[in-house]
Amino acid sequence: MAAASGIELVGAVVVNAARLRGLWRVTAFVAAAAWFVPYLWMVATSFKTLPEIVANPIALLPKRIDLGAYREVMSAMPVARSMVLTAAMATAIATAQIVLALPAGYALAKLHFVGRRVAFGVVLACLLVPAPATFVPVFLFFAKTHLVNTMTALVLPFAASSLGTLFVRQALLRVPDEIIEAARMDGAGEATVVYRVLAPMIKPTLVSLFLVSFVFHYNDYFWPLVMTTDDTVRTLPLGVALLREQGTGARWHIVMAGNVVLLAPVLALFAITQKHLMRAVRG
Amino acid sequence: MIPRSRAHPWWMLAPTLVLLAAFFIVPIGVAGFESLFAWDLLTAPRYVGAANYRAIVAHGWLLAIALRTLAYSVLVVSGTMASGLALALLVNRPGRLFSLVRASVFSAYVVSWVAVALLWMTLLDDSGGLVTHGLRAVGLGGVSLLGDPRAALPTLAAIGVWKLTGYSMIVLLSGLQSIPPSLHEAAALDGAGAWARFCHVTLPALAPAAAFAATTTLVTSFQAFDVVRIVTQGGPARATQLFVYAIYEQIFLDLRVGRASALTVVFFFLLLSLAWLQLRALSSSGRSS
Repeated sequence: MAAASGIELVGAVVVNAARLRGLWRVTAFVAAAAWFVPYLWMVATSFKTLPEIVANPIALLPKRIDLGAYREVMSAMPVARSMVLTAAMATAIATAQIVLALPAGYALAKLHFVGRRVAFGVVLACLLVPAPATFVPVFLFFAKTHLVNTMTALVLPFAASSLGTLFVRQALLRVPDEIIEAARMDGAGEATVVYRVLAPMIKPTLVSLFLVSFVFHYNDYFWPLVMTTDDTVRTLPLGVALLREQGTGARWHIVMAGNVVLLAPVLALFAITQKHLMRAVRG
Repeated sequence: MIPRSRAHPWWMLAPTLVLLAAFFIVPIGVAGFESLFAWDLLTAPRYVGAANYRAIVAHGWLLAIALRTLAYSVLVVSGTMASGLALALLVNRPGRLFSLVRASVFSAYVVSWVAVALLWMTLLDDSGGLVTHGLRAVGLGGVSLLGDPRAALPTLAAIGVWKLTGYSMIVLLSGLQSIPPSLHEAAALDGAGAWARFCHVTLPALAPAAAFAATTTLVTSFQAFDVVRIVTQGGPARATQLFVYAIYEQIFLDLRVGRASALTVVFFFLLLSLAWLQLRALSSSGRSS
């Protein structure tokens, strides 16, 4: 009797554990669906035609893969030009941030000098001031200097990053002083110390920083919107958002085709660099 | 370490400090100055003293915008924290399925707001949206989610939750993974069941990470703009006119530089008080950034 109920008990626990695992898997499928289905819907819609959407708006799959919406997007906006421009802008910003954050972070982390606390305080204070709190005066400044609609207005305000400087400082604090002393003994100048000796040592930090900055500015809608008024420097997110404003009614296949064009490169980059991006977020 | 020359640290810091001062510190002062003038970008500015501030607080306009923005942010924070915690607990186990969930939820955080806004506009479209049809199928079709003034703000917040949940999930997940297993083992030996361990071990240990994720999301959502500009343009009936969008409207649609500047000054001080909360959470969680 006792042995039998013992077996039953073990059996019940095993069944329960298996059920629980099954439950977790089902929940996982539901959660994945909540984030996956919208993407699938986007891709499916982009392959539909206007008559198809009008006839049956919620058909999950297109009747056949029709590239008409993509052709419309290509004719409505200079896709390749926008994409190159946006990538160039994001690369310029991310590169400048790293080039400037390295010496600044080095001075704040490693050098003793009068005024270091003040300099650190200034960098820290800028962390509290986001772009939406500065765009009115900055726009007025660029308007006065005729720099609206230029790459300068898009890149220069973000060329120095307080967050990036603080991250670099943090990473450099973990590098022992002896390494810098040894480099100096070998006759290295400060630029060599910073860019040739220290930069490779904190490469993971720099890679994360570059990726986060690149993705943020590639995606950014707000700053290019307020700093440009014509097509000369229209970035990809602006162009795609404009697809929606250009027409009315059921043009969703065109808007979604534009969305695929906007998302695909970022999702591809995300797939490759997921670990770096997640680490950057965890801090 | 001793710098090789006294000027060295300043040369290294100069580009960063000059750019940060020019684009982040000076603008706040300029906004304060411009807020004392009436200016339409075309004719000459005219000194008006505090008139711009009086104009924005009149009829409770500023208060309504601030409360609306706070309501949006609180909805986004509660939504992302609840779903972020549930998902973090779910994906905190090995297996390809769970890393797939992790990646797909986090991907929404990585992609552009433009893409997310357009995607959800399609899904919520009154005539052809998948969500609209789904709601109709279960008998909830009466409300136009983006067209009804009462529904529009919660709907935008729901889009925000979808976009930002990946962030709180990742932060909470790393919080979960930093809890030493010995804590759970000790509690289990003391006879604590799964629920008791969750309440008395997991939740308290997660509090710092949760405070950090919540305050960061609060500060981020308080600056929401893209989703408003693309999906609702502040409508219907101003129901989704959030703070940054109001500033944008003042300067670019109404050409009122003075009022836009006055709003900017108020916005800056509100953000500062939210950032103070964030810094407190940051120091309590012992994070170094």
